[in-house]
Formats: sequence, C-alpha cells, structure tokens
Amino acid sequence: MAALIEVRDLWKVYEQGDLRVEALRGVTLEIEAGESVAVMGASGSGKSTFMNVLGCLDRPTSGSFRLGGREIANASADERAELRCREIGFVFQSFNLIPRTSALENVELPLVYAGVAAAEQATRANEALRAVGLAGREQHLPNQLSGGQQQRVAIARALVNQPRLILADEPTGNLDTRSSMEILEIFQRLQRESGLTLIVVTHEPDIAAHFARVITFRDGEVISDTRQTPRVAVAGVRA
Amino acid sequence: MTLRAALRALRRNKLRSGLTTLGIVIGVAAVIAMVSIGRGANYAVQKQIESLGTNLLMVMPGATTSSGARSGWGGVSTLTVQDAQRIAEESSAIDGVTWFKRAVAQAVYGERNWSTSVQGVSPDYMTVRGWSMAQGEFFGQRDEDTANRVTVLGRTVADELFGPGEDPIGATIRLKDVPFRVIGVLQRKGQTMWGQDQDDVALIPFSTAERRVLGTEFLGAVDMIFATARSAAEISVAEEQITTLLRQRHRIQPGQDDDFTVRDLGEMAQASQTASRVMTSLLLAVASISLLVGGIGIMNILLVSVTERTREIGVRMAVGAKGRHILLQFLVEAIALSLLGGLLGAALGIGSARLVSALAGWPTLVSPGAVFGAVLFSAAVGVFFGFYPARKAASLDPIAALRYE
Ligand SMILES: Nc1ncnc2c1ncn2[C@@H]1O[C@H](COP(=O)(O)OP(=O)(O)OP(=O)(O)O)[C@@H](O)[C@H]1O
Ligand SMILES: [Mg+2]
Repeated sequence: MAALIEVRDLWKVYEQGDLRVEALRGVTLEIEAGESVAVMGASGSGKSTFMNVLGCLDRPTSGSFRLGGREIANASADERAELRCREIGFVFQSFNLIPRTSALENVELPLVYAGVAAAEQATRANEALRAVGLAGREQHLPNQLSGGQQQRVAIARALVNQPRLILADEPTGNLDTRSSMEILEIFQRLQRESGLTLIVVTHEPDIAAHFARVITFRDGEVISDTRQTPRVAVAGVRA
Repeated sequence: MTLRAALRALRRNKLRSGLTTLGIVIGVAAVIAMVSIGRGANYAVQKQIESLGTNLLMVMPGATTSSGARSGWGGVSTLTVQDAQRIAEESSAIDGVTWFKRAVAQAVYGERNWSTSVQGVSPDYMTVRGWSMAQGEFFGQRDEDTANRVTVLGRTVADELFGPGEDPIGATIRLKDVPFRVIGVLQRKGQTMWGQDQDDVALIPFSTAERRVLGTEFLGAVDMIFATARSAAEISVAEEQITTLLRQRHRIQPGQDDDFTVRDLGEMAQASQTASRVMTSLLLAVASISLLVGGIGIMNILLVSVTERTREIGVRMAVGAKGRHILLQFLVEAIALSLLGGLLGAALGIGSARLVSALAGWPTLVSPGAVFGAVLFSAAVGVFFGFYPARKAASLDPIAALRYE
C-alpha cells in the first residue's frame, strides 16, 4: 500500500523582482499513515514552506505531492479547501483562533464548512473540547484563555472533522514548558488512540525527542531523516 | 450560521454599521415619505375633482389676461341669467346649467353670528354640482318664483350657528338682517384645491338674493355659471360651444379678447396632479442618489472590513472554507447591513409621512408597495455593492491571508 504522503522533488521558489529565494529545493520523502514526525532545522530552512504545501495551504512551484495516493500538487483552490476541511488539521504557532468568538464556535468552524448539521456541530465540538481537557470552557472567548488553552482549542478545531493528518507548525513555540508538555501529551494520546498521522515542526530537541521520526531541513533540503524511540510526555493536564 | 456570523460581525462595530447604513436609511425613508406624500396629494386632488362635480365647467365674468390673472372681480358682472339660460338651451354638449350670485354677509342666530358667503342659486344647483342634502330639503321652483326667504346651510355655517343638540331645520336665522327660515343642511363637501371651505355657505333662491338681500342694482347679473358636459369626452366641445355662444351674445369682434373665462376644473386638477407627480419623481431621483451613496458607503466599509479581517479570512480558509463560503459571508453581511438600513428607513419614512400629515396637514397615503419595493431595493443595493468586496475576500490566497499583518 502507498504511503499516506509521497513527496517527489518538491520545489518552492519565491521570486520578487531580481530576488529569487529557493525555499524548497527538491524535497523527496514518504510518510506512512500513523507515523509521528518532528521536523527540525534552522530558521529559514524551509520548514514552514514545506508544511504549508503538505497542508494544502500553498502550492509547490514544481514536483509531485500525493496524499493518500492522489496527486494534489496542482489541485484547484476548491479541491484544496475540501482537503483542508476533511483530511487535514492544521495547528499554528500563533493559535489563529477567530477573535471575539467562543471556543465552541471556533471548534465548530470546520464542521460548518463541511456542511455538518447544526445539532451535530455542537455535539462534536463539545466532544473535541473535552478530548483536549477544556470541558467547561466552551463559552470562553480566546482572550479569556491562556496561551496553552488557546492552543488546545486550536487542536480541538484541527481534530473535530476527524482528519487523517495533523500538521502543526511550532505549536509550542509560544508556550512555556508545562503547557508544551500538555500539548505533547494530547498529541501522543490522539496518535495512540486514533492512529492519526502527526507532523510537528519544532526548534527544540526536547520536543523532538517525543516523536518517532525526526526530519531535518537545511536550506530547503532534507539533510537527515532518523528514527528513534519516542519519549513519553508526562504533564498532569490542568483543565 | 452565516447569518449569525454576519450579524455578530456587524454588532462588533455598532457605530460603524450604524453610520454605514445611514445613507440607505435616509434614501429609503425619503423614497417612502415622498411616495406617501405624493400619493396623498393625488388622492386629495382626486377627491376634489369628485367634490366639484363631474365634467364641470365654470364660466366666470372677466377676461383671462396674458399673465393669467383675471379682471372683473367685484366689478359689474358681464354674465347674466339670460347667458346661462341660452347656454342650457343651445349647447348640445351640455346637460345641466346653474348659476349664482354671491356676497359676504353676516349670518345671525340668537347670540351667535358668523360671516359667510350668501349665495343666491338657481334651483338646479344641487344636481349640477352633484351635491346632496344631509338634512331637510332644497328649495324648489316655487321658492324661486315667489322669492321666498328660505335658506339651506353648508355644514360649517350650521355648525357655527347651532349647538350640538339644536336642530337647525325650521329655525329662523338672519342673513344681512333679513330673516330666513332654514329648510335644509348640505352634506359636507370639504375644501377646494385652493383651500377654500366649500361648506362655508348659506344658499338662498336666486330671486330672493336679487330682490331681498344683495340689492337690485345689477338685476340679472350672475357671478358664476356652472355647466356640466354630457360626458367627459364632450368637455372640450362644451367649452367651445359656451365660448362661441357668449362671444356672439356679448358681441365680441373676432380678434378681441373674451370678457368671460371658461374653466375646466377637471383639467386644472389634472394639471396640479401632473405637477405633483413631477415633483415626486424629482424627489425620488434625489432619494435614489442617496441610496446609491449609501451603497457606496456599504462597499467602502466592507472593503475596510475585508482588509481588517484578512487574517480571519485566512484562518477560515485554513480550516476548510471555500471561496464561496467567504463570498457568502461578506455578501450576507452587506445584505444584512443594507436590509437593516432599508427597514429602519421604512420605519422612518412612514413615521415622517405621518408627521408631515400631523404637522403640515398634508394628506399622506403610505403605499405598502412602495415600502416593500424600497426595502427590496435596499437589499439589492447590498448585493450589488457587497459583491465586489465579497469577491475580493473570497479570492484571497489562504497563505497570503494568514501572513497578513
Ligand atoms: N512569501 C515569501 N516570499 C518570499 N520569500 C519567502 C516567503 N515565504 C518564505 N520565504 C523564504 O523562504 C525561506 C524559507 O522560509 P520558511 O518560513 O519556510 O522557513 P522556516 O524553516 O519555517 O523558518 P522558521 O524556523 O524561522 O519559521 C526563507 O528564506 C524565507 O525568507
Ligand atoms: Mg516557520
């Protein structure tokens, strides 16, 4: 069976006038369903660019990207939206919750766009919030939540449509160690329980140690791809 | 959900939303108020046409000068009873003729007195004017022949002279110090186009007026002749026949001005109706400009809103929103804004129409069609002016939107 993600000779080139930036320079790799992957590398090495392509937020300049065997490097805007909606959950460093909108409604958002019935939206969003330890905070607005809690809302939002793939670009970058551990614990539990595929960008080796595979970028290329026994995250989740 | 999100976005910026809709509010309010006032005016004119009597022609002494003013008021009348009788006999397009002679006189009953227009009229007066009695009866040929001192009062005069419980019929009042027995009260007729109270009259037989009240100096002269054409189509023929007959009787040479004036009141009413229609359309044009400006205001605010919420749009796209979801969201916002403006404007328009009625005493008639149409149009303004900003939002690139600062 084909890998969940197959990337062949992926290039992303930004051209601004005379300036030409090669953010990705022929990346080739495969990630199987159910893997947990940490992506590392120096600042500007192309990690975010790579994640955005995987997340169907951005299009590569050239190369092939297959998700579940289906070529989507040149998918239309609507097809990519459909994939973002149903197949992929994206978690950002800066949380990206919609301001002045309750935690519950933020989590319901992907369900709205997936056309899920209104009654089911609330049920599933509540369930997702419970899964990240935020039962009781449904009506809180983003600015009434701590950074760690906001990131957990964002994770609940990424999960709520039961995607096959969770992509997180430095999800713990704005969080302290304790909140970071909580996030890692949630990721590991999700992966164990529902067999999700998890790809997480991080700068910190301590975080990367919790993943079974570590891919390292430098100047738009993959320079190492190693496997390890992941450390188990422990942090009594505060609700 | 989309509607809820749109309303929330609008509520977040209450002041801004309010100011944005102001253009629409004013536009719609103006349209509705204008249409209501215009319709009210038309309705009033229509009623006046009916109150004058159908197919009515007025013949007055004195020429119409080039400036439109008439001379001859107060002077010796050039029209006579014989003129009126000849019109009745000879004009084939006319089926009823009546005439009167009038003077302002004091009407006195007991302690009360009231200055009114005493009119000596021919017995056919009621039929020709299409007037009817509220109480009692009208005087007949016998009263005319014997110059009886009987009078029929207009509503206003009856109300002024008699208390609520008193029955005017059979009472004796004095007109210019001559005692008259009241034999009837007229049905209320209302105001003329120029605001004259038609009910402020005391009618007496023509002969009585000549011989006992208004003086015998100008025996046979009349102040006005009313003639009804057989049908609306024959009005202009009737007008011609009267003119030809009177010119001949008054021996007016070809090329010389008439010494009388024939007026078709229906035509005058129609002219004033046309004028009010022109006025209404002008004001409607101004109101439409207000709607247009309101629409541009909505477009402007939505463009600002799209820019402000670029990141939000990026987030929505990142979690699966398609272009059309974003398009719909902003379009719904635009429509909600303009519809809100439309509804507020409708309320304001109806309110100000009522206020105009109450304060200025103009008749107004709120048209449900105009209200519905204006509100619908405001929604259309929302769609039209909301489309460009909404499409701009929908065509954003997700990654560019997410990176926007
Ligand atoms: N929109 C863009 N236009 C031009 N150049 C870009 C754009 N986005 C990224 N780049 C360039 O592409 C390269 C890779 O950027 P990327 O954001 O992928 O790095 P990164 O590995 O995520 O870095 P960091 O760890 O700091 O987040 C950088 O040199 C960056 O300047
Ligand atoms: Mg990055």
